[in-house]
Amino acid sequence: MQTKPGLTRRAFLGLAAALTASAALPARVWAMTVQAAQALVDRLVGELYDVINSGTGESRMYNDFEALLGRYADMPIIAQSVLGVDWRRASTAQRSAFIDAFAGYISRKYGSRFRDLIGGRIEVNGARAIRNFFEVTSTAHLQGEAPFQVVWLVSDGSGQPKVFNLIIEGINLRTTEAEEVGAMLDRNRGNLDAMIADLRNAS
Amino acid sequence: MFRVCPTDRFRAVLAIVVLGGLTACGPAVLPGEGVIEDPTEDANRAMYDFNVAVDRALVRPVSQGYGTVVPEPVRNGVRNFSSNLDQPLMVVNDVLQLQFADAFQNTFRFLVNSTFGLAGLLDPATDMGIYAADTDFGETMHVWGVSEGGYVVLPILGPSTSRDTVGLIVDAAMNPTRLAFSTPESDYVTGTNVGDALDTRYRYTNEVDRLYYESVDGYSQARSLYLQNRRYELRGSAQAEYFDPYSDPYSDPYEDPYAN
Repeated sequence: MQTKPGLTRRAFLGLAAALTASAALPARVWAMTVQAAQALVDRLVGELYDVINSGTGESRMYNDFEALLGRYADMPIIAQSVLGVDWRRASTAQRSAFIDAFAGYISRKYGSRFRDLIGGRIEVNGARAIRNFFEVTSTAHLQGEAPFQVVWLVSDGSGQPKVFNLIIEGINLRTTEAEEVGAMLDRNRGNLDAMIADLRNAS
Repeated sequence: MFRVCPTDRFRAVLAIVVLGGLTACGPAVLPGEGVIEDPTEDANRAMYDFNVAVDRALVRPVSQGYGTVVPEPVRNGVRNFSSNLDQPLMVVNDVLQLQFADAFQNTFRFLVNSTFGLAGLLDPATDMGIYAADTDFGETMHVWGVSEGGYVVLPILGPSTSRDTVGLIVDAAMNPTRLAFSTPESDYVTGTNVGDALDTRYRYTNEVDRLYYESVDGYSQARSLYLQNRRYELRGSAQAEYFDPYSDPYSDPYEDPYAN
């Protein structure tokens, strides 16, 4: 057990839930606003372009993406939801190893795709609240292609506003990577450590 | 003078009534996120392996040759020409779905590109911000209430569903530009379609290579990508259902992922 000073996240969430339950409030108490969610994605897109246009080498760029993910994406919750039921049987060490390996894998895989954004732009269109989180909608304009929709799901469930899913033309990162990680686990006959080792080498 | 005889008028009224009836019940219900219906998985996997083998031996090398040898402006011309010829078919499907705004958009696009775009070789409509409102008979059937059916892998053409396979056949049979050409012109049209397909394979070399040759289970990855994207297209402006990992049924409520 770990003790935290002051109001812990769990206590805060409990408090928020209690407040929501009280009839006096029409909906949930928003710890963050729609504007904050949109501003987060605006900053993320800006920094993404800084990395893409920096003109640095490939491996350096992937490291930059990984740092960017660390700041803007809720990697622990993404990793947990990608692993699904298997998260429950993973040890604490395996969980942190998986989060780390998964962040590197995502940076390499999606980083190579982000390079297609050179010469294009992403326009953030708007945001709205859905249940306990926010949907920020943007449009990617790439050279020689019809514009397409990119949706960012943002939540402050971690205590800070962070992105927890990315949906490009309906293709969502969590569902797609849950399939891929599931297949890697199957190939290793359910061995988590072997799967994590594979993930570190996957591009 | 344009004269409409009574039977024509009767047919027109009948057509509107029938389409009204077909679309009245609303579109089919889309399966939830991650729901996959794949009753013929063994046959599909065999066809997927066949398609990957054809890609390795033929499609990939030919597309690399096409992309390297043929200059980009020519490839773009072929692509524009080929997709411009698909626009009338989209208009037909838009009308069958009673999507008149899309029908107008696709018609206008076809007229602009066929004239100012030099018979479709150029794409001035896109520069004007008029994009194709992509559709097909599979979508028309969806609008009429036909559900997705099972996942199907077609030879060469790749991922589809049982409904969309029927859609492909109907589209091929009723394509107005197909019906307008006879041999040898129709063969040239087929040629541009093949060129367009090779160009697509070339432009997405990295993505397709990753899927076919690097993914752990390319079959299920392709299936997932196809179904997610297809359902997104059919969903239109309707709200997607999002999974909220912060209320994940798999996570232990007493286990804090941030405690690591």
